[in-house]
Amino acid sequence: MLNIQNLHAEIEGKKILKGLNLEIKPGEVHAIMGPNGAGKSTLASVLAGREHFDVTGGTVDFLGKDLLDLAPEERAGEGLFLAFQYPVEIPGLTTTNFIKTAVNQIRKYRGEEPLDAVAFLKMMKEKMAITNIDQSLLSRSLNEGFSGGEKKRNEVFQMAMLEPKLAILDETDSGLDIDAIRIVANGVNKLRSKDNAVLVVTHYQRLLDYIIPDFVHVLYDGRIVKSGPKELALELEEKGYDFIRNEVKVGQEA
Amino acid sequence: MNDSTLYFKEYFDQQQTGTTSVLNDHRQQAFAAFSQLGVPGVKHEEWKYTRINSLFNTQYRLQSADTLQAADINDLRLPAHEAANELVFINGRYVAALSTLRSKNLVLLPLNEAAEGEYAAIVDQHYGHSADYLRDGINALNTALSDGGIYLHIGKNTEIEHPVYIYHIVDARAEAVLAQPRSLVYLGQNAGVTIVETYHTIGNADSFTNQVFEVAVEKDARLEYYKIQNDVASANLVSTSHIRQTGASHVNTVTISLNGGIVRNNLNLVLEAPYCEGHLYGLYFQQGNSHVDNHTIVDNVAPNCLSYELYKGILDEQSTGVFNGKIFVRQPAQKTNAYQTNKNVLLSKTASVNTKPQLEIFADDVKCSHGCTVGQLDEEALFYLRSRGITQQAAQALLLQGFALDVLEKIKLAPIRAYVDSLIAGRLQFTQS
Ligand SMILES: Nc1ncnc2c1ncn2[C@@H]1O[C@H](COP(=O)(O)OP(=O)(O)OP(=O)(O)O)[C@@H](O)[C@H]1O
Ligand SMILES: [Mg+2]
Repeated sequence: MLNIQNLHAEIEGKKILKGLNLEIKPGEVHAIMGPNGAGKSTLASVLAGREHFDVTGGTVDFLGKDLLDLAPEERAGEGLFLAFQYPVEIPGLTTTNFIKTAVNQIRKYRGEEPLDAVAFLKMMKEKMAITNIDQSLLSRSLNEGFSGGEKKRNEVFQMAMLEPKLAILDETDSGLDIDAIRIVANGVNKLRSKDNAVLVVTHYQRLLDYIIPDFVHVLYDGRIVKSGPKELALELEEKGYDFIRNEVKVGQEA
Repeated sequence: MNDSTLYFKEYFDQQQTGTTSVLNDHRQQAFAAFSQLGVPGVKHEEWKYTRINSLFNTQYRLQSADTLQAADINDLRLPAHEAANELVFINGRYVAALSTLRSKNLVLLPLNEAAEGEYAAIVDQHYGHSADYLRDGINALNTALSDGGIYLHIGKNTEIEHPVYIYHIVDARAEAVLAQPRSLVYLGQNAGVTIVETYHTIGNADSFTNQVFEVAVEKDARLEYYKIQNDVASANLVSTSHIRQTGASHVNTVTISLNGGIVRNNLNLVLEAPYCEGHLYGLYFQQGNSHVDNHTIVDNVAPNCLSYELYKGILDEQSTGVFNGKIFVRQPAQKTNAYQTNKNVLLSKTASVNTKPQLEIFADDVKCSHGCTVGQLDEEALFYLRSRGITQQAAQALLLQGFALDVLEKIKLAPIRAYVDSLIAGRLQFTQS
């Protein structure tokens, strides 16, 4: 589904991704962990099409298409979704209007008719229930004045509405209380199917108790330096990133 | 006065109506003032960024000719006009035959008549008050030459149920026209009215409207006042609205400028009595070579007044904007609350805006704040929307609609709000589904 080969990206001349490889197949859940500043959000942004990062090398194939060649909205149309680490506040635009526009523009991209008001409302209700989000929140300006947790839940709600093929969640668990983490995980698990895949970026093993990953990767200094089964997350939590640093060093010296 | 304005003198001399009313005194004085002051140039502090000299190179037709029929203006009518009082000015003169008064309790008289009859004292008290604030030849020119103006009287305890739509129409099909509409509106104690003004030019010749609109608002009265400017590029406009709140009253104004040539709005709010409340909102959304200048004055004369001002600008292509917000707090005006904000988004590298707050505070116990910003559309916000499958153009439209919202929602008359929304959606080529 997603195949990243030797990806390099930089911003203002600063190299951030330095030859990153990752392959995700349909039905899989991958987790990426790694120290602050390693490049996790950069990877997520580059995949979603944020233009201010310069991709200086490598390829990304998404469902047979050259992802890097598509505009952000086209990537969404193809089924990619990014839950932002820091969702943006947009005054004067309600979440409801926003998501309705998004749903219908994606349908248009796919050559489908727009949802009528009744069908849209039905879908809203269903996804609100899954993500345990309140109507009053959706009637407010998008993310404006939302608490940290409300913003994250709104991201998951949007994901549920857009039903992506590949969802990338960038620290969607950060700042959430235990119940909210369960709700987020529940939202993600509802989306899981043999055709869909999920990439979660997290600092905490806790989320992975609810969203059980098939693979855990360590992103360190712009590359994936270690991959393993879900137990790797536990090991990281116990030992911290020092042992990775040492391994990388040893690797470089060898 | 120079050669290019000499024909004003001829016209003025011809026009002497022989009335003895107070209007005539004003005319004489104003013409003397115009002769002395001339057309304000860029050296005039208040006209630094808005050049209107060149507008006076054209020789305009001044005589009103009632060349338009109802059929010519039907397309210009505002939504829900069937339930509105409609006042039509053609080339600066009120035309009763094209107007409809639906509210029986709304008194409308030609200004000349009002100045002599039962309302003479009111006219005497309020007519020409704007000249104390706008000491320039433009204001004087209207007073000197304007003819066919109206007096609107809303008596004590009178609520005008139907909104008052005022159309300023210029017929520039045959030749360039200078229109100088003039109105004086009086809201008696505990009276209420909603007034909407709109401006249209028919034809391709230059049109120049130099309007003066004066209002007195007595105790407990309520004025909702909206101006919608969406004229052709050959239409230039100086629109002066001068509102005196003579008793503790409530005034809400919204000025929407979407299209036109050179547009200058002067909006003055004089808070003369304690506990007045005044709101000034504006949105200018410009493209092409349009120029919109909003000059506002809030004059706090009495204590305990509140004024709230928010102007927002979106400037595209080569358009230029000016915002100048003056707040005066006179020495007796203790406990004044005065807030002012101006925010601008530039959509192109060639658009520009000049924004200047000007606070002159002579009282010590006041709360005043002001702030202005000029920026581009937020890249991160655009990316956020696009990452959800929304096209660049639609994302930009949603952000701009969001930006404009807190001004637009101050238009409380639903059909007019919907109308302005649709004009903006048309401009953005995007309607929210
Ligand atoms: N706009 C920018 N300008 C300059 N440097 C940037 C910019 N955006 C990101 N960086 C740098 O890129 C590096 C990687 O940042 P990134 O946000 O991808 O890290 P991360 O792995 O997501 O970290 P965290 O765990 O703290 O979220 C950091 O050193 C960061 O400072
Ligand atoms: Mg990050």
